[in-house]
Amino acid sequence: MRHLLSVADLGADGIEEILRLTDSFVEVSERPIPKVPALRGKTVVSLFYEDSTRTRLSFETAAKRLSADTMTFSVSTSSVKKGESIRDTVQTIEAMGVDAIVVRHQSAGVPWQIAGWSSSAVVNAGDGWHEHPTQALLDCYTIQQRLGSLEGKSVAIVGDVKHSRVARSDVLAFTTLGAEVTLVAPPTLLPPSLDGWPVAVSNEIDEVLPKVDVAYLLRMQNERQTEALLPSLREYTARFGLTRRRAHLLGPEAIVMHPGPMNRGVEIAAEVADLPNAVIVDQVRNGVAVRMAVLFLLLGSGSQLEGLEHG
Amino acid sequence: MADAATALVIKGGRLIDPTGERAADVAVGRDGRVRAVADAIDASGPDVLDAGGCIVAPGLVDLHTHLREPGREEAETVETGSRAAALGGFTAVIAMPNTDPALDSAAAVREVLDLGKAALCDVHVAGAITVGRKGEQLAPMGEMADLGVRIFTDDGSGVQDDRLMRRALEYASGLDVTLAQHCEVESLSEGGHMHEGAWSSRLGVPGIPPEAEELMVMRDLALARLAGGCMHFQHLSTAGSVALVRQAKAKSMLVTAEACPHHFTLTDAEVASYDPLFKVNPPLRTADDILAIKAGLSDGTIDAIATDHAPHTQEVKEAPFDEAPCGMLGLETALALALTELGLPIERVLALMSWQPALIAGIDDHHGGAIVEGAPANLVVIDPEATWVVDPFRLASRSRNTPYAGRSLTGRVRHTLLWGEPVVVDGEAQR
Amino acid sequence: MTAEDMQRAVWRMAHEIIEHNHGLDDIVIIGLQTGGVPFAAKLAEALQKIENTSVPLGSLDVAFYRDDIGLRPVLPEAVTDIPGDLAGQIVVLVDDVLYTGRTIRAALDALVDFGRARAVQLAVMVDRGHRELPIRPDYIGKNLPTRRDEVVNVTDGGVDLGEMVK
Repeated sequence: MRHLLSVADLGADGIEEILRLTDSFVEVSERPIPKVPALRGKTVVSLFYEDSTRTRLSFETAAKRLSADTMTFSVSTSSVKKGESIRDTVQTIEAMGVDAIVVRHQSAGVPWQIAGWSSSAVVNAGDGWHEHPTQALLDCYTIQQRLGSLEGKSVAIVGDVKHSRVARSDVLAFTTLGAEVTLVAPPTLLPPSLDGWPVAVSNEIDEVLPKVDVAYLLRMQNERQTEALLPSLREYTARFGLTRRRAHLLGPEAIVMHPGPMNRGVEIAAEVADLPNAVIVDQVRNGVAVRMAVLFLLLGSGSQLEGLEHG
Repeated sequence: MADAATALVIKGGRLIDPTGERAADVAVGRDGRVRAVADAIDASGPDVLDAGGCIVAPGLVDLHTHLREPGREEAETVETGSRAAALGGFTAVIAMPNTDPALDSAAAVREVLDLGKAALCDVHVAGAITVGRKGEQLAPMGEMADLGVRIFTDDGSGVQDDRLMRRALEYASGLDVTLAQHCEVESLSEGGHMHEGAWSSRLGVPGIPPEAEELMVMRDLALARLAGGCMHFQHLSTAGSVALVRQAKAKSMLVTAEACPHHFTLTDAEVASYDPLFKVNPPLRTADDILAIKAGLSDGTIDAIATDHAPHTQEVKEAPFDEAPCGMLGLETALALALTELGLPIERVLALMSWQPALIAGIDDHHGGAIVEGAPANLVVIDPEATWVVDPFRLASRSRNTPYAGRSLTGRVRHTLLWGEPVVVDGEAQR
Repeated sequence: MTAEDMQRAVWRMAHEIIEHNHGLDDIVIIGLQTGGVPFAAKLAEALQKIENTSVPLGSLDVAFYRDDIGLRPVLPEAVTDIPGDLAGQIVVLVDDVLYTGRTIRAALDALVDFGRARAVQLAVMVDRGHRELPIRPDYIGKNLPTRRDEVVNVTDGGVDLGEMVK
């Protein structure tokens, strides 16, 4: 595995391998000293053109727990200069000697461009509306943790799918592992074409909720209202929000997920987020372990001669 | 039959021009005109251009080229663009007005025409329809027409305001010039960077629906009927647009249309690489649209192949996909793509690339005409069997943004004559 | 070695562990993934039968502590499971074959993260020689000198020597 750019690069076997490996890193994270020397001497750089302290810290924590060194280039600390081309920035970073670049950018496709210019491993931490593969992996892990294998499970993804990289990666990951996915959104918030998407579609959240094992809620951003995609956020909440009433429609074993940060009161009622079947905190916790697994697979050194493992 | 006034002889080729096809040698005079067309012209004195196995045709005419000068000389200049044109077999190009400043006045037009005097092809100018191409006020088309401008367009953008477009058509009909439109309704295309469809949905890139082009085609057809005036549709890219033009022609409307090679060879699937080399406006569309364009080129709905040659520096074309500018090189690959990909007889391709665009551009007195004694010697010698591989680093353009790098093509220009001067010999520019 | 040979060795080593440590107080048995795990279980079972007291049993995967340089990272076979804090305990590391000593070096590194053990001892079924580090076993099933190109296979059915397939 040279890069992690899209969930599609992994296949079912690739995803399962990462999830299995994540178990070990969950165990490491629970130790009094949650650290292993596996990536000692390696350097992982965060290149964040879009501000996201949570995701960036999750990756940096993962790198540090593997004993890697970290560097941060972030628009929030102004270390990413406006006007400097991405190619020049990447070449500057590589000249300092790095092993992996974790990149987030508001434009789809930037991680692919960087992978073409760089000899390091590239991890896509979110590119525009396109993908967020580690989010999908930690979502799969969280579901497996609570409900077992995704095969045959039913997942509803509710909200602004059109603009959501989390949704695109989740659809790929969940369906690859055999789950059935239903998208629930008003037509203005669905992609223009769902050709080739292995999903069902519904506008009626009340009909869908009783049938699903997972209700996955996407963040509803204020901007969508000004773009004439929605009459108002109030109407969105009334028709698609996971209110307290709607939470009762869910089956007793069903879980509620959200990639964060939540707009309490919009896509999810404040009190629903704190119900026992809401696993949002688990998602965050699992995020570090999943990212450790990804970094380990990309950068971990290993035995050239498999089979001669005794020592 | 060669005499002292003959500068060179094109020997051993097969002539194809609007009147038909015949094997013959062509003697070109020092005056820049054809001196004789006959079998086996004695070439012991003058220079010989070997055309064995080749087609000899009137030079190609490009209705749609961006020469970037003035304002964006780092990407291309009139000189480098004309060299690329000559190597592509073009003896005339129509330069688009979206320069900086825009070509919206006699002074600006004159500057480019002057630069064109030293070029390797005839450089004609398309003037802007509106001042600054802003779509608010009519540009002084009359003073530009006095300098010989025959086509006006705001290319880069379409004229958004319906009333202004009506006035432009009415005014143009009084000047006997043609209005050309880059059809794009900005309220529908805004924010889009590729064709809106299955691929844009999968790739998470905002899209431009075909209706953004088709609505303006519809509008301009209606306005042209209302106001009179000649309408030419630039770079048609959708099946719907082709159907609209076909309908209009069936009703004997005086409209013409062009299509670009990238719109009959590449689909939106190419954007999956996120390489901005595949970003263009109008965007690459679907396989069905390609079929419709090819059908339109075959049945006469589309009158010309134009290149929309749009050079950009490597730096700007390496920006993130949605930040990169739109455009691809085209002058040096258009003929080969048309010969390789369309499956049309070469006479039809030459009609689409030489005499029909010459007519639309109003330069058919000097280009695209029959190869007979006295005709201007603006000629191209094409080897239809030569295969070559596109190498961005061996193109004459100052820029490298071709989406065809590494592609193997069949059909290559061997010689190009501009007013009798051999500007390209054996595939090499002579200056 | 046959299966019976192995069983007898297990019994002998269990007695040696008890004798060496004057009983089983503070003893923790930890098997190394993967070959050491079944062996550690048998050892723990034997200790229990002899002293009539159960001994804490755990497993350790050293994938994250290896010093190999290679193409693909070696993935852990199973999740590490250490019973409780190892501070003040006597850890008996158990593996099936001792070769270069690098796996044991990695295991010692790993153990440090689980608390400061009082002592670490090493039990192996087979010592095949060719040490690259100063590591020595405390309890040995059998000394089996080998060539570098031979492979030692330890299964329930016994210990076999084979040729490495290149």
